[in-house]
Amino acid sequence: MRLRQYYPITMLKILKYSFYDLMRSRWSYVYFAFYLLLGTVLLFLNNDLSKAVITLMNVIIVLVPLIGTIFGVMYYYNSKEFTELLLAQPLKRSSIFLGQYLGVVLSLTMSLILGLGIPFVFYGLFESSAIWDFSLLLITGAFLTLIFTALAFNIALSNENKIKGFGYAILLWLFLAVIYDGLFLMTLIMFEDYPLDKVSLFGTMLNPIDLSRTLILLKLDISALLGYTGAVFKQFFGTSFGLIVSFVMLTVWVVMPVLRIVFKSKNKDF
Amino acid sequence: MVIIENLHKKFGKNQVLKGVDLTISEGGIFAVLGPNGSGKTTLIKAVLGMVIPNKGQITVLAENIKKNSTYRHKIDYLPQIANFPSNLKVKELIKMIKDLRKPTHDDQRLIKLFRLEPFLNKKLGQLSGGTKQKVNLVLTFMFNSPIVILDEPTSGLDPISMLRLKDLIKAEKAKGKTILITSHIMSFVEEISDEIVFILEGKIYFKGSIQKLKTKTNQPDFEHAIASILSDNHA
Repeated sequence: MRLRQYYPITMLKILKYSFYDLMRSRWSYVYFAFYLLLGTVLLFLNNDLSKAVITLMNVIIVLVPLIGTIFGVMYYYNSKEFTELLLAQPLKRSSIFLGQYLGVVLSLTMSLILGLGIPFVFYGLFESSAIWDFSLLLITGAFLTLIFTALAFNIALSNENKIKGFGYAILLWLFLAVIYDGLFLMTLIMFEDYPLDKVSLFGTMLNPIDLSRTLILLKLDISALLGYTGAVFKQFFGTSFGLIVSFVMLTVWVVMPVLRIVFKSKNKDF
Repeated sequence: MVIIENLHKKFGKNQVLKGVDLTISEGGIFAVLGPNGSGKTTLIKAVLGMVIPNKGQITVLAENIKKNSTYRHKIDYLPQIANFPSNLKVKELIKMIKDLRKPTHDDQRLIKLFRLEPFLNKKLGQLSGGTKQKVNLVLTFMFNSPIVILDEPTSGLDPISMLRLKDLIKAEKAKGKTILITSHIMSFVEEISDEIVFILEGKIYFKGSIQKLKTKTNQPDFEHAIASILSDNHA
């Protein structure tokens, strides 16, 4: 029983140390500075909060997964020897890996929220009606970080070879961010004579990036940008139920790889 | 103290441990020896729960170690390669390990012993290999656990630190601790260990005192005795 009480505390401690470690790394600041610059430039170019939110969405949806994947893989491989030191301590494996994972997620999410938040707040976000759209954008960004960092940890746990691990991680990102959409579109065109509502619905749910895009566009309620799948989504679920369904699916996308981290780390040799 | 029964471990197609049976009794210094790739580190890591055996059972202080992490409170371990987060300072690392494991004041004594005071505020990434190894030794010995496992403790140490380490190990033994060491430096092993455990091709080939090993192999000194085992087995 003592162990059960003790368990979340060790995980939080490891989370704290991983977070501090990352906060001292140059890359966290580069990432933060990039978002700061992006937010500021977009606001100056668009001169309109809502329009800036849409442009930002297109950037976030591709970039956040990329950074989450690369940081996740990099952090795992870089702290390998240190992880071994932790493994020899009386700590549970799952608390070590979940702590590290959440540390990476927290530092990345903080860079994202602060980097984009600061210019938007200065521009007058709190007096604007775009505040909910903007918040949703940041929440989606946080979800994508959670998902792709977890996927990256999975890849790193399964590949001893660093180069291979990096390769698979980049391929995964490339597939979900670029290739998937192409294949999806081709399928829709090839089978255009058949009813494709359900297929496209599933197709969207199976890719967290598509799911996030649909989620944000549903909220923004811009039919012109929704595209075929978005329209099907809206028609099938309606706006508010559609939002709930997408959030549930994103949560599933977080839970599945996190469970695999726990399972895989328990049975791995170090 | 530590009982290993019929331990098997395979990495892919490579069968590293092929049925190791070993009982380490309480108190004393045990040297685990063997040629490169014979399974020394795998055996040690299995005791630590870092490598999960395919078959067999390990008991540490009457506790089965399978799916257990609390027994590691009783073990201090010095890993072979010490690579710490390079952004952390030495002081912070020591504080952090104490925070994760349990409070202790023994670190002060060990820092003095290895003359680490000038490095406490330096980042770990800036330290030389030998200094890192000293930090590693402080982290290992500060918890004062009944079982100590040292994987290549002498690597990178200068002659004075080596002497201090030997004294430290002897002092720990005098407290009644059980110490497991792997090393490639035969003179170090000969000087310090009470018993030799020799692993060959994934099995325990020999266990006993150095004197017994010399008699068995019919060799006048320890280094030749080890060499004769290796050449007889074409390893």
